[in-house]
Amino acid sequence: MSAAAQNVAAFRARLRTLLRFGPGSPETAPILLRQGRIYLLPTKPGIALGVILVVMLVASINYSLSLGYAFTFLLAGTGVSSVLHAFRNLLQISIQCGRVESAFPGGNVVFHLLIDNPHPQRRPSLRLIGGLAGQKGETSFSLAPASRSEIQLALPAVRRGVLPLNRTVIETRWPLGLVRAWSVIFPNMEALVFPTPENNPPPPLPSSGESLTDWGLLRAGNEDFAGLRTWLETDSPRHLAWKVYARGGEMMTKQFSASGGGDLLLNWDDLPAELSEEARLSRLAAWLLQAEHAGQRTALRMPECDFPAARGEAHLYRCLGALALHGTGRIPP
Amino acid sequence: MNLALRFPPKNPLSDASLLALRRNQGIWLVAAAFVTLIAHFSTLPWWVMAFCTALLIWRGERMWRGKTAPPRWVLPPLALLGAIGVQLDVGQLVGKTPGVILLAMLLCFKLLETRNMRDIIVATFLCFFLQFSLFFSNQSLPSALLSIIALLVTLGAIIALSDPASSTRERWRVSATLIVQGIPFMLVLFVLFPRAIAPLWGVPSDAQAKTGLSDSMSPGTISNMILSDELAFTVEFDGLPPLPADRYWRGPVMSYFDGQTWHMVTRPQSSLPAYTPSGRRFSYRILLEPSQQHWLPALDFPAGPIEGAHFTYDYQALSQTPVNSRRQFRLTSFPQTAVGQKEQPWVIEMSRRLPAQGNPRTRELAARLKADSPRQTIKQIIDWLIQARFTYTLQPPLSENDSVDFFLFESRMGFCEHFASSFVFLARAAGIPARVVTGYQGGRINPISHIFTVRQSDAHAWAEIWISEQGWVRIDPTALAAPQRIDQGLEGSVESGLPFMLRPQFAWLRQMRDQWESLAVQWNRWVVSFDGKRQRSLLESMGLESFSAQKAFGIAAIAIVLLVAAFYAWIQLKRHNTGRDALDRAWARFSSRLAAFGLARAPAEGPLDYAKRISSARPEDADVLNLICTRYACLRYRLPPSRAEIDELAQTIQSLQFKT
Repeated sequence: MSAAAQNVAAFRARLRTLLRFGPGSPETAPILLRQGRIYLLPTKPGIALGVILVVMLVASINYSLSLGYAFTFLLAGTGVSSVLHAFRNLLQISIQCGRVESAFPGGNVVFHLLIDNPHPQRRPSLRLIGGLAGQKGETSFSLAPASRSEIQLALPAVRRGVLPLNRTVIETRWPLGLVRAWSVIFPNMEALVFPTPENNPPPPLPSSGESLTDWGLLRAGNEDFAGLRTWLETDSPRHLAWKVYARGGEMMTKQFSASGGGDLLLNWDDLPAELSEEARLSRLAAWLLQAEHAGQRTALRMPECDFPAARGEAHLYRCLGALALHGTGRIPP
Repeated sequence: MNLALRFPPKNPLSDASLLALRRNQGIWLVAAAFVTLIAHFSTLPWWVMAFCTALLIWRGERMWRGKTAPPRWVLPPLALLGAIGVQLDVGQLVGKTPGVILLAMLLCFKLLETRNMRDIIVATFLCFFLQFSLFFSNQSLPSALLSIIALLVTLGAIIALSDPASSTRERWRVSATLIVQGIPFMLVLFVLFPRAIAPLWGVPSDAQAKTGLSDSMSPGTISNMILSDELAFTVEFDGLPPLPADRYWRGPVMSYFDGQTWHMVTRPQSSLPAYTPSGRRFSYRILLEPSQQHWLPALDFPAGPIEGAHFTYDYQALSQTPVNSRRQFRLTSFPQTAVGQKEQPWVIEMSRRLPAQGNPRTRELAARLKADSPRQTIKQIIDWLIQARFTYTLQPPLSENDSVDFFLFESRMGFCEHFASSFVFLARAAGIPARVVTGYQGGRINPISHIFTVRQSDAHAWAEIWISEQGWVRIDPTALAAPQRIDQGLEGSVESGLPFMLRPQFAWLRQMRDQWESLAVQWNRWVVSFDGKRQRSLLESMGLESFSAQKAFGIAAIAIVLLVAAFYAWIQLKRHNTGRDALDRAWARFSSRLAAFGLARAPAEGPLDYAKRISSARPEDADVLNLICTRYACLRYRLPPSRAEIDELAQTIQSLQFKT
């Protein structure tokens, strides 16, 4: 009994791999759609047309309508030919992974796939459907003859962490919508979903050994005036550009470029112990964004990794990526 | 991993674009419905065509102005209006004709309420159904072509919906490709699909009453038929056709006269005729147009047995089932056969009987003309008829009670039915057994295909008399009054009131019709009347002994698998010759052209380095060389290159002129 059950389970597992239901292990690019991995099944209109063809055939038999037979068979032949067209519409497409746009929860992560059409014909009405239940995303596109196109597949970002583009279906119902031709691919792509930045976070705690005097702005020994920006409520009144305001202008904040002496150090371990892990990540994310906004150099110290003080978008993404990966057991680059 | 912090709009290319019926898609759909309706122009009543066209124009106009479907409340009143129209015009709402009308209206209503993809698919399927139902009423070559054109547009409409970005040309091309690729599939199944002989259930008898022979004859019966130019049947003789005087195609024989109308007298039928065929023989194939009747108008006198037909005591051949669709029979006739030498007494007795009263002047004349022998009497009657100078006309004056008296003594104008009827009355009154035979006389030989066409306008009535030892003898009284009727056909003997095509001055038109008809006959023979019998003989002639349904399915399955394999091979072959190869070829050609100056490209040399080297070596051509190299680099490394750009570069390289 148990042996039989095992066999059944093994068979189902094999069937799952063969038919590519459910998640699978990523494939190496380029993924070439060969004939063996293109599946075909009739759609609802296809089944309806089948029923109509049977009705027409019965009417032809009953009234012995020779041309009725001919029309029925011609329509059926057209349907068969459309199946081959649908099949050909996917055949020999090759897919490569492009860049990935990560996102905060509530936004969309975007996977860029480079799709190659080696044929001298256009490939119309293709669709990419990716993501798991509840997090599905799809995109319609067509491929120009003998070309490579960059197709964007956006998936809703829900939870912080790694969002791999696992099971992705590329399908077409062209030309008559009677059959659906599809192929399941597992592109080796993953996006990161950053932690949600906390709203109105408290100023960062002064870090040990660093001369951090104020949140949001740090004055270096010699003031390096960098420019003006619109005043925010959180800005210190000391940096309000009073002269501008006095002339009847807007409330502006003076910005100073940070210098080596006054970097902001964000340390995971310095956060209040009562905060949950996600709350800590949210706060760190908010601080990182604010610091980048203010043009301040920040250093991030996480249990898994340590980023020396730096600024700029690349640094910000690296740090946010480290937050996204926290607790997943993966070491950020 | 390259991360970019952006918030793209949710699902920028969603499927929603498919759902909105755009102008360039909607026009295809309306056009498909319109062409499908046009194909039905001969079957749908004019008011249905007008109603449907108006609805389609309304829908098309709304779509053109970018509006959505009209509000839903307009549909019920329109549908009610349509149903009332059908009820008033046809008299019923079920059956084939009202069915097609309702289907046509349904299609237009469906288009009026198209809101989503499902509505559109239903509308296209209704189009398919209408294209199919065209063949209920008409299986001619033109209607087949119309139906295919409608199918082409309908498929184009579906393609327009599934691929909104496609160009008009592409839609036509894909639609035509699908149909052309469907044709081999159709041919295989058409030839091999086993044809059932009997209908699965009773064919509803709402087929319209057609002009044709009937089982009774009164003044006006045949002259009404004569006005119809419809085809009755076509005949193909194996050798020479019989002489015009022998071209009598026997239909219903009338032996009982009630004073006004002649009637058939039916008796059980047999599979063999009551005579022994002898004399000259004519073998032929006869293709009957659907008449909804049993008549099989064979040339006098067919030999039995005939498959699917029986014989009556008065030598008619009758099909066992009504001829509801084109039917073909193979017959052999022997015009010189002597028939009825040993006739049964009751037949002779019945052929002498007259109503007790009526037509006293004719009876008086018969008594006067009666001679010693029947042969003498007949001669007297014929002589009297010739000297009386009758006029052969399509519009004889209407007779009162004693129709024979009126014709013989007052109007003296009549048609073949008057002649035959009066002659038989006279003969019977003189004591000679006689009867009226209706059928067709003559027919036209198509000079191109040598196929005989017999139309309803060739309908005729003649007489048969019985003389002991000689049997039944045909006498055609019409020939006495208008001999050219027999020799030249109707158009030679009557001047006015003839159908258009039969008038002598339209000979050229007739010739065109001959060509068209010979094509139509082939079409009817090979396509329309392709039934189980023809299927078996065709397959047996192809070397398939003992054909059976199982074998047919087997062969069809193999043939279809082969077809699909052929398509698959076509797909694989078509993959080559891609645009990228074309770009590489052009680039290689550029290098080989420059190799003539010792400036071939080094294997590892990039296009821009190459450009530098060759333009410094050939400063006079530097501009164009630089241009080509830059274009190549752009096309090669920038995505995506279009075929037109590649072709343009190849053209530039091809037409490159070096100075000196």
